[in-house]
Amino acid sequence: MEAWFSLLVGIFFAVAVYLLLSKFIIRVLLGVAVLGNAVNLLIFTGGRLTREVPPVITGGADVLAGPAANPLPQALILTAIVISFSFFAFLLVLAWRAYDDLATDNTDEMRVAEPVNEPAPPLGY
Amino acid sequence: MRSVIFRTVAPFLTGLMVLFSIFVLLRGHNAPGGGFIGGLIAVSALAIYGIAHGVETVRRAIFFHPMAIAGAGLFAATIAGLVSLVARVPFMTGLWIYPSVLGTEIPLSTVMLFDTGVYLVVIGAIGSVALSLEERGGS
Amino acid sequence: MDAAALTFLALGLPFVAAAFAPALTRVLGHNAAWILALAPFAIFVHFAGFVAEIAKGEIITGGYAWIPSFNVSFSWLIDGLSLTFVLLISGIGALIVLYSGGYLKGHPQQGRFFSFILMFMGSMQGLVVSDSFLMLFVFWELTSITSFLLIGFDHGREAARRAALQALVVTGGGGLMLLAGLLILWNISGITQFSLLPAFGGELKESPFYLAVLLLVLGGAFTKSAQFPFHFWLPNAMEAPTPVSAYLHSATMVKAGVYLLMRLNPVLGGTPEWQILLPLFGVTTLVAGAALAVRQTDLKLMLAYTTMSSLGLLVMLTGLGMPHALEAAALYLVAHALFKGALFMVAGSIDHETGLRDLTRLGGLRSAMPLTFAIALLAALSMGGLLPSFGFLAKEEIYAALSGFDRRSMVFAALTMLGNALMFAVAFAIALKPFIGPKVHTPKHAHEAPLLLWLGPALLAVTGLAMALMSGLAHRLITSPMATAVAGQPRSVSVSLMPHIGVPLVLSGLTVLAGIAFYLNLARLRAAMTVILADIGWGPDRGFDQFLRGLVRFAVAVTRRLQGGRLDVYMTATFVLVAVVLLAVPFRYGEFPRAPFFSADVPLHELAIMAIAVAGLFAVVLAADRLTAIVSLGIQGFAVAMIFLLYGAPDLAFTQFMIETLSVVVLALVMTRLRLSPSDHRPLGEKLPDFALALACGLGFGLFLLKVTAAPFDATLTDFFNRYSKAVAHGENVVNVIIVDFRGTDTLGEIAVVMIAGLAILSLVRLRAGSLQRGEPVEIAAEEAKREERA
Repeated sequence: MEAWFSLLVGIFFAVAVYLLLSKFIIRVLLGVAVLGNAVNLLIFTGGRLTREVPPVITGGADVLAGPAANPLPQALILTAIVISFSFFAFLLVLAWRAYDDLATDNTDEMRVAEPVNEPAPPLGY
Repeated sequence: MRSVIFRTVAPFLTGLMVLFSIFVLLRGHNAPGGGFIGGLIAVSALAIYGIAHGVETVRRAIFFHPMAIAGAGLFAATIAGLVSLVARVPFMTGLWIYPSVLGTEIPLSTVMLFDTGVYLVVIGAIGSVALSLEERGGS
Repeated sequence: MDAAALTFLALGLPFVAAAFAPALTRVLGHNAAWILALAPFAIFVHFAGFVAEIAKGEIITGGYAWIPSFNVSFSWLIDGLSLTFVLLISGIGALIVLYSGGYLKGHPQQGRFFSFILMFMGSMQGLVVSDSFLMLFVFWELTSITSFLLIGFDHGREAARRAALQALVVTGGGGLMLLAGLLILWNISGITQFSLLPAFGGELKESPFYLAVLLLVLGGAFTKSAQFPFHFWLPNAMEAPTPVSAYLHSATMVKAGVYLLMRLNPVLGGTPEWQILLPLFGVTTLVAGAALAVRQTDLKLMLAYTTMSSLGLLVMLTGLGMPHALEAAALYLVAHALFKGALFMVAGSIDHETGLRDLTRLGGLRSAMPLTFAIALLAALSMGGLLPSFGFLAKEEIYAALSGFDRRSMVFAALTMLGNALMFAVAFAIALKPFIGPKVHTPKHAHEAPLLLWLGPALLAVTGLAMALMSGLAHRLITSPMATAVAGQPRSVSVSLMPHIGVPLVLSGLTVLAGIAFYLNLARLRAAMTVILADIGWGPDRGFDQFLRGLVRFAVAVTRRLQGGRLDVYMTATFVLVAVVLLAVPFRYGEFPRAPFFSADVPLHELAIMAIAVAGLFAVVLAADRLTAIVSLGIQGFAVAMIFLLYGAPDLAFTQFMIETLSVVVLALVMTRLRLSPSDHRPLGEKLPDFALALACGLGFGLFLLKVTAAPFDATLTDFFNRYSKAVAHGENVVNVIIVDFRGTDTLGEIAVVMIAGLAILSLVRLRAGSLQRGEPVEIAAEEAKREERA
C-alpha cells in the first residue's frame, strides 16, 4: 500500500513544484494549495496507514487497544489544514491587491519591494 | 444564486448548521469533531447566509465584529491555559470539575473552554475573511 | 543583610539610579547631580569596607547560579585588583556625576546624560568584579554600548555619530574576539570562573590552543585599551562631552583592556609570547601616542593622545616580566586615573568658561581662574612625575623595573624615557600655557569655575597628593594588594617620596630634563610632527572609513547578486536545493529504498480515488480557464479528504471537506475580480527546465517516503497518547485530546496564527486601490467611516 501512496505523494509534490516555479501568480497560488495537500499526505503516510479504524476509544475501555489509525499525524495535519487555508487566503488576497495595483500577474514585473535599479544605501554616518 | 427557494431556505439552513456546529464542538472530545471542524461548519453557515441575504444582514445577525469574536476566542483559550497556573500545575494542564445540575452530572473542563476558544477563533478569523471577500466580490 | 546581598545590590544600584535620573532631573534641574552622585558614593563606601580584609590578603567571592546546567554563574571576585578598580570607578564616578551637573547645566537632555553615565558606571563596575567569563563578557559589551550612547550624545553632529559608531565597531568587535577567546578557554579547561583559573595556568600554557586564546584575548584588550594600531577611535571619542572623556577615556573604560590583561597575567602571562607581544605593542603605543599628542593644539585631543600613551605604558609594564614591573603598573594605573581625570575636567572647565580649548589661542587665565590653575598644576606634577606627587612614585618604580643593564631593559628604558619626556611636555603645556602670559580675548568672559566644576578635579588632585604623602598606608591598603593580585603571588610596594640615589633617580632626572627641553621647543616639535604625519599620508582612521565603505559596497554587490528580486529565481534555487538534498545525499551514501512493491490487493475504490486525485492535479496544471482550475483544485482536495476518510481519519476528512468548500468559494469570489487566465503562456523552452526540476522533486519525495515507510515504526508517542488519552485527559477521541490537551500550547500558537492571518487579510482587503504603488499611507479610518455610513 505504501508504494502506491509514495507514488501519489510524489505526483502531488511534482505538480506543486511545477506550479510554484511558474511566473504567474495564479499558478503560484494553485501550487501553494497543492503543496499543502502534498505535505499533509506525506505526514499522513509517514505515520503508517491503517484502514477504517479511527483512533477513538470505544466501549467503555480506558485505553485504545487493537489496531487503529495513528492519532499523532492526524492531530498535526488537522491544524496544518486550517493554517494552510489561512495562508492560502492571505496569498490570494495579496495577489488580488497586487494585481489591482500593479496591473500585472507576472512576478518578474512585481518589483515594488526590490526595484530593478535600486540606489545604493547612503555611505555617510 | 439568489433564487427564491435558496433565499427562503437559507435562514433555516444557517440556523441548523450553527446548531450542528455547536454539537460537533461539544462532542469533539469523545467522538470525531472539535473546535476546528465546528468552527468551519459555522463559517460555512455564515457564508451561505451571506450569499443568500447579503453580507450586511450577516454582520447585523452576528452583532459582534468577526475579529472581536476571534479575539474573544484567543482570550478564552489563553485563560484556559492560565487557570492551571492558579492551581499550581504547569501551563495548559487540563482541569476538570463535575458540578451537578438538576441531578445530572455535567463535566466541565478548561480543555472544553480551550476548544471553545479554538471554535471562536476559527469562526471569527475565517468568517471575517469570507465575509469581507463576499462583500467585495459582490460589489 | 549580609555582604553578598549588599554587593549584589551595589551592582544593580547604578542601573536603578539611571532609571530615575531623567525624572529627577526634570524636577530638580542640574542639582539632581547631588542626589544621583549618592549612588556611586554609596557603592564606594560599600566597597571601601572590604579594604581592610583585602589588605590582609583575603579574596572575597560570592554570587548566584545563573545557568546551572552550563556551569554559568552570576558571581563576583573581589581581590586587590578588582577592589582598586571598583573604588576608582565609583569614586571618580561620583565626582563625574557632580561635574556633569555643572558642565551640562541647562542642557535639555541632561537627565538622559545622567542616565547614560550611570548605566556606563554600572557596566564598568560589573566588568571589573565579574568572576564568571560570561558575566565579564556581558558587562564588557555593555560598556561598549553605553559608551556608544555617550560618545554619540550630541547626535546632531555627524562627527559625533561617526566617532560613536567607530568606537562601537572597534571595541564591540574586539569584544567578540574576547568572547571567542574565553569560550576556547572554557572548553579546554572546563572552568568558567577567573578565581579557579590560576590552578589551571600551567596546563594552559602547555595547551596547543594557548596561542589562539592569547591572540583572541589580546584582540579584545588591545581594541578596548586603544593600543596601536587600534588607537584611532580614542581621539575621535573626544567628540563626547568632557565629563565622558574624563571618565570613560581616561579613568575607566579604556582601562578595561589593561584590567583584563592584569586579571589574566597569572594565567596567561610569563610565556615568551606574552613577554614579546605586550611590551612590543605597549611601547609602540607609548611612543606613538606621545608623539601624536605633541602635534595637537586642542586640549582634549592632547590629553586623549597622552591617555593612549599611558595605556601603552601600562600594557608594556604588564607584559615586561621584570621585577618591579607589575608594582609599577599598579602604581601608575592609580596615579594616571587620578591625574588624567583631573586634567580632563580642568580642560573641560577652561572650555566651559572661555568657550575655547585651543592651546595656541588661550593665555593669561591665572588671575581669572586661580583655583583651576592650582588644580591643573597639581595634576601636572603627577603626570610629569615630579615631587611630591603620586606620579613620582609610579615613575620611580617604572625606572626601577627598567634599570637593568641588559639590552632589553636598555631599549625599553630609552623608549619609555622618550615617551615620558614628551608626556611631561604636554602636561605642563596644558597646565601652564592657558594660565600664564598676557591675557587674551576669549569668546566668553572668563571667570572662576563654579563649585560643581572645580570640586571633582580638586578632590582627585588632592587625593593624588595625599596618597603620595602617606605612601606607606596607600601601599599597604591599595597598591600592594593590587600588585599581589596581578602577579598571582605576594608582592609589596615600598617606594616612597624620599628619593634613593641610584639608577632610577638618574633616569627620572634625565626624563625631566628632556621634558623641559621638549616643553620649551613645543612649537618646533609640533611643526616637525605635522610634516612627518603629512608624509605618512592616511592612517588607520581614514582606513576605517574605507573599510566601512568597502563593506557596504560589498554587501550591496552580494545582495544584488543573491537577491535579485525575481521570485522564480528564488523558487528555482530553493527547489534545486531540495532536489539535491533528497536525491544526491541518498545516492552518495547508497541509501535509496529497495524497488517498491505495488501490491495488487488494493481495493478498487481506493485506486479509483487516487486516480481522481491525479486527474484533478493534471487538470489544474493544464486548465485554460479559471473555472476549470478552481473545480480541478476542488477535485484533488476532495479526493484527499476521501483518502483521509478511508484511512481512519474522520476528523481530518471533515476538516478537509469544509476547507475545500471554503477554498472554492473564496477562490471563486476573488477570481471573478482577477480577470486572469490560469494557463502558463510561456514558451516550451522555459517550461522544460521547470518540468525537469519538478519531476526531480517529486521523485525525491516519493523515494524519501518509500524509505521512511520501509523502516521500522517507532510507536512510542502513539502508544503514549493511546494509553493516557482517556486515563489522564478524560477524552475518547485521541486526536482531539492531542490537539486541545496534550499539545494545547501548540494549538494556542496555531490559532494565534490563524487570527493574525485573518487580520492581515482584512487589512489587505480594506487597502485603498493603488496605495501599494504610490506608497501612500493607508486610510483605513476613511474606509471605516464609509462603512459605518452604509450600515
